[in-house]
Amino acid sequence: MKEKKISKNLQDNLITIGIVVVGYVIVTILSASGVLSNLLQGLLVPLCAYIILAVSLNLTVGILGELSLGHAGFMCVGAFTSAFFSKCTEGVITVAPLRFILALLIGSLTAALIGFLIGMPVLRLKGDYLAIVTLAFGEIIKNIMNVLFIGKDSAGFHFSMKDSLSLNMEPDGMVIINGAQGITGTPKDSNFTIGVILIVLTLLIVLNLINSRDGRAIMSIRDNLIAAESVGIHITKYKLMAFTISAALAGVAGVLYSHNLNSLMATPKNFGYNMSIMILVFVVLGGIGNIRGSVIAAVILTLLPELLRGLNDYRMLIYSIVLIVMMLYNWAPNMIAFRKRMANRFSKKKEVA
Amino acid sequence: MKKKILSLTLILAMAASVLAGCGGASASGSDTFKIGGIGPTTGGAAVYGIAVRNAAELAIKEVNAAGGINGYQVEYKFEDDELDNEKSLNAYNTLKDWGMNLMIGCVTSGCCTAVAAESSKDNMFQLTPSGSSTDCTAGNDNVFQVCFSDPNQGIGAADYIGQNGLATKVAIIYDSSDVYSSGIYEKFVAEAASQPFEIVSAEAFTADSKTDFSVQLQKASDAGADLVFLPIYYTEASLILTQANTMGYAPKFFGCDGLDGILGVENFDPSLAEGVMLLTPFAADAEDAATQKFVSDYKAAYGEIPNQFAADAYDAIYIIKAAAEKANATPADSVADLGTKMENAMREITVDGLTGAAMSWDAEGAVNKAPKAMQIVNGNYSLIQ
Repeated sequence: MKEKKISKNLQDNLITIGIVVVGYVIVTILSASGVLSNLLQGLLVPLCAYIILAVSLNLTVGILGELSLGHAGFMCVGAFTSAFFSKCTEGVITVAPLRFILALLIGSLTAALIGFLIGMPVLRLKGDYLAIVTLAFGEIIKNIMNVLFIGKDSAGFHFSMKDSLSLNMEPDGMVIINGAQGITGTPKDSNFTIGVILIVLTLLIVLNLINSRDGRAIMSIRDNLIAAESVGIHITKYKLMAFTISAALAGVAGVLYSHNLNSLMATPKNFGYNMSIMILVFVVLGGIGNIRGSVIAAVILTLLPELLRGLNDYRMLIYSIVLIVMMLYNWAPNMIAFRKRMANRFSKKKEVA
Repeated sequence: MKKKILSLTLILAMAASVLAGCGGASASGSDTFKIGGIGPTTGGAAVYGIAVRNAAELAIKEVNAAGGINGYQVEYKFEDDELDNEKSLNAYNTLKDWGMNLMIGCVTSGCCTAVAAESSKDNMFQLTPSGSSTDCTAGNDNVFQVCFSDPNQGIGAADYIGQNGLATKVAIIYDSSDVYSSGIYEKFVAEAASQPFEIVSAEAFTADSKTDFSVQLQKASDAGADLVFLPIYYTEASLILTQANTMGYAPKFFGCDGLDGILGVENFDPSLAEGVMLLTPFAADAEDAATQKFVSDYKAAYGEIPNQFAADAYDAIYIIKAAAEKANATPADSVADLGTKMENAMREITVDGLTGAAMSWDAEGAVNKAPKAMQIVNGNYSLIQ
């Protein structure tokens, strides 16, 4: 009997991963039979990136209980370092999957390192202050990427913060990061299958962390810092652990994102606070601390504006109204009470019938 | 548990219906040309996207009224890219689902480069009205430009200033976060080395700090610059002119095609722009009949005076028409075949348009046309002879 009893946690986690796998199978079948539109095929990889972002931010916001508004910054770090690596080694490592795995390691490790360095001073702050500092950090990263020029020629690498002329390169040189023009010509190494594998990996890491001893320690910090400290939990260590893992996973999403785009630029739209807030919206709408909710919210909210294209100029308006309605439906106290009443009535009727 | 299974099935059903619902098969063997356009129609750069959308629509209506291209009518659809490289790919894929076989776009360089990487795989004929970066065309046989490329503008501006002896000390104020602006800036500086003037200050600003230019102007003034080169868009330029006036600093101002439209900025005193020189292919109050007809038609249809983006897009449609007629293209051709035909024709044709006479294209896809230098005199753009 004992072996057959699957814990509720495991069952819950299996459902979450099951949804991703079933989704993958359905999309692959549709794609193979040619029913899937070009639009959706193009959206698959970004969707994977957004799911990973939402899940990783949920680790900081939902599990650690700290509000971070700089998540796009970590994504930006992962995207640029990995695209830089892939562009440099495009001629050297010709096996695309191998190059991508190396790029993935570099992108996620750099993002983790930056997350660790940022986390050390920043995690001493709480609430609003932490949110403001992380917001500033995200903007700093984006602006650094916009003035960074790196070129490569026979003499090695050249750096500049001014313009590509001051790189003083040999005639055979190639500008790799060209300031605001970013990185052009990243090899397109990511695809949907890789994206789904990364999502499953992300889910495994995050879900296992939550259900582990470390995860319980992290959640105890969220629930009551003083009580957690009094039972001997190392606050800084666990906070940093959650924050660094979250940053590394955001870096993974960045790698996926950058290897799907030929022209990578750090604009306010993709790596600025707009994106950070967008990811936070995924997390909040999906339910803070609810990993499965983050996955579903990321999918719906990424697809929605694209599927509304038929409405032309009104689509952004409709999109924001949908956001407000969803927020009310999920979080307004009256709405929650109403949903409970309806659920009760529904289940009662069922019993009677 | 029951509820969970129920919700799970519901989610799956919903997902399946969403996916299946969008699986539009692209129409093949149709009897119309389907031209798709991509550009920002929402957000900060919406002015440019909307101008391109409207002008292309205007041109297509004219073409259809005159019997279409090779006797086939033209359908037209424009998608928003929100000035985001990733979203521009979504727009491109949406248009492919619609059945697009010719494309004008994208409006901005970054999006154009991102889309060109995809469109070159499909060999979709792509003509960008205003994507001026060389990255748009480099290595992509299927992409052509209506506007000057950034290097040509930078070199053209430096040559013009040098040859006409406009200045001996030049200051530059540019937007380092903008591809267009930094592209022109770099080529200008490189070309300036061989010109009889000296660059005394080069100050940058970014999209996050584009309201106060007093520091940049002060530096230019301190360095004794007698000409300030502004390779930027007109909204920022109008602020620079106003702030220079408040400071009492009055050098010559020289810009590129981004300055076109400066006289129409709200709450801007046009008299401050008096004497500003710009290299631009189009001026809305030029005297020739074609421009005047375009401006009055555009104004009647959309209630605005068209800017150079609109003119580029208007030309783009007629360039497509000329190339398709040269290539004897029909909508029955597959996208890739049509692309090859159009590309070969593009390298042979010469088109007279609003933005230049006798435009022709080189192997890379960049346009050859003469730049026009304009000066603002008495609140009007006038051609410098």
